[in-house]
Amino acid sequence: MALLSIDQVSVAYDKVEAVRGVSLAIEPGQIVTVIGPNGAGKTTLLGAAIGLLPWRGRMSFDGIDLRRLDVEARIERGFCLVPETRELFGDLSVSDNLLLGGYSRRRDSAGVKRSLADVYGRFPRLSERRNQKASTLSGGERQMLALGRALMAKPRLLMLDEPSLGLAPIIVREVFRIIASLRELGVSILLVEQNARAALETADFGYVLETGEIVHSGAAADLMHDPRVTASYLGGH
Amino acid sequence: MNGEIAAILAMDGIASGAIYVLIGLGLVLIFAVTRVIFVPFGDIAAFTALSLASLETGGRPGTVGLVAVLAVLATAVEAIALARNRAFHRLPRALLFYLVLPLIPAAAVWFAAGTTLSMPLRIVLSLALVLPIAPLLDRIVFRPIADASVLLLLTVAVALHFALSGLGLMFFGPEGVRTKPLTDAVFDVAGLIVNGQMLLILAASIVFCGLLFLYFEFTIQGKALRATAVNRVGARLVGIRPTSTGTIAYLLASLLAGISGVLIAPVTTIFYDSGFLLGLKAFVGAIIGAMVSYPVTALGAVMVGLLESFTSFWLSAYKEVLVFSLLIPVLLWRSLSFAGTEEEEAEE
Repeated sequence: MALLSIDQVSVAYDKVEAVRGVSLAIEPGQIVTVIGPNGAGKTTLLGAAIGLLPWRGRMSFDGIDLRRLDVEARIERGFCLVPETRELFGDLSVSDNLLLGGYSRRRDSAGVKRSLADVYGRFPRLSERRNQKASTLSGGERQMLALGRALMAKPRLLMLDEPSLGLAPIIVREVFRIIASLRELGVSILLVEQNARAALETADFGYVLETGEIVHSGAAADLMHDPRVTASYLGGH
Repeated sequence: MNGEIAAILAMDGIASGAIYVLIGLGLVLIFAVTRVIFVPFGDIAAFTALSLASLETGGRPGTVGLVAVLAVLATAVEAIALARNRAFHRLPRALLFYLVLPLIPAAAVWFAAGTTLSMPLRIVLSLALVLPIAPLLDRIVFRPIADASVLLLLTVAVALHFALSGLGLMFFGPEGVRTKPLTDAVFDVAGLIVNGQMLLILAASIVFCGLLFLYFEFTIQGKALRATAVNRVGARLVGIRPTSTGTIAYLLASLLAGISGVLIAPVTTIFYDSGFLLGLKAFVGAIIGAMVSYPVTALGAVMVGLLESFTSFWLSAYKEVLVFSLLIPVLLWRSLSFAGTEEEEAEE
């Protein structure tokens, strides 16, 4: 059974449909990517899936109808989003941001402590800056903090929206290395990216979203060599 | 004016400032977490004082009826919301939080009224009685419009204040009350007479500010409140329900307001509508803190107390005028030194 199943989902802002009849599925342990140009509806799709935007259609997570879960209940079940805007707590320290990432598990303080040590091990930079306010971090560090904060919730499915946006190339590589390494933790990932090449290199399966509709899909390795995809998204090589 | 008078005025000012500190911190707390400028906040303080006075004279405070009506209304609103989402499994929890818990202190007061209670017990009972009012009002009035603009929330809060002071008149009558002093102790400090009540006000204010600080710094719930204030979407994405943090903010703030009501009742005559001025003066302090900074709010509130105390000596007829005129330079300074802050926030 798919961990996340999205079936004929549409999302509208007022009367404009930003996402139209999209269907996709993510199996446990999979990394799935949705690529597409700016304004294709990628962020809208993730916003609807996490419950921040109203939607029509059918969605389920781990067999539970998502209409029955509000945002917070999704997080408690391990369905998390790292949004494009990161949404960190700028006024709070790095360590407080991470601790709050484990808010949904606050009754398991030993487990939260273990996760914190694990996140610091994975992101030594965050450990160095644990007492700094999140607002003082650089772009790359913020992205790491956003990832680390999401990991604190012990996610089973992590949706990442443009994790490489606005980062220097060397940091982009680091971020994708970390995303690939999350697979070992058994975390499934839905990766939304404009950086199509890096996304397809990391993912197992890919979807191409254009003007709110899925136009291509397939194994990531196949999409990399699909002329329709290479022409539009991979610079024609 | 000689040194002694100045010292007495300063002491007096700091004591009333300490009261405004508690109310001001509560205002900031509620605003930061829920974006509501809770105008009826002073009423919570006044209602505590009035309930306490009523218990002292062996009466049955009208607050009991108010809490009962609000609890029933809030339960109905919550039940309808749950039914609409077909979330019937959450009904027992809703009954517990919106009906049973608020009614426990109300029932206790109902049965205790007329019997002689010790002073600490009276204080605890009046505090417990008043505590659910603001969270219940939040459920009934503010939660359905939680996403509205700050201006709309403020307008509703003003309306709510008028409704509450009308209810206050109905429940408590037009007479002013003064409760028995909490302590009769008088100290002689370097030739100055300092009464114990003042020291108690000061100590309580410091202790509760300290507790609030510890709560925000060292508990996950306190951090969750700060997180909600800083970034509501971010808070939801880590599983913090803004509705729960809102309730906690209202409860905590009501505790602060209630304590200030208990502290002020023996030194000032409190009427059913005294809360408004109390709240408004604390609001000046909160504005000095730009509705976000707890320490600056506390400082501002003490400043308001001092200004009030000194002007009542020099120009007592213009006391209120001068205190509220303080807002003008403060707002000017705020608007000049913080120009652009809002746009930056909007960008994030």
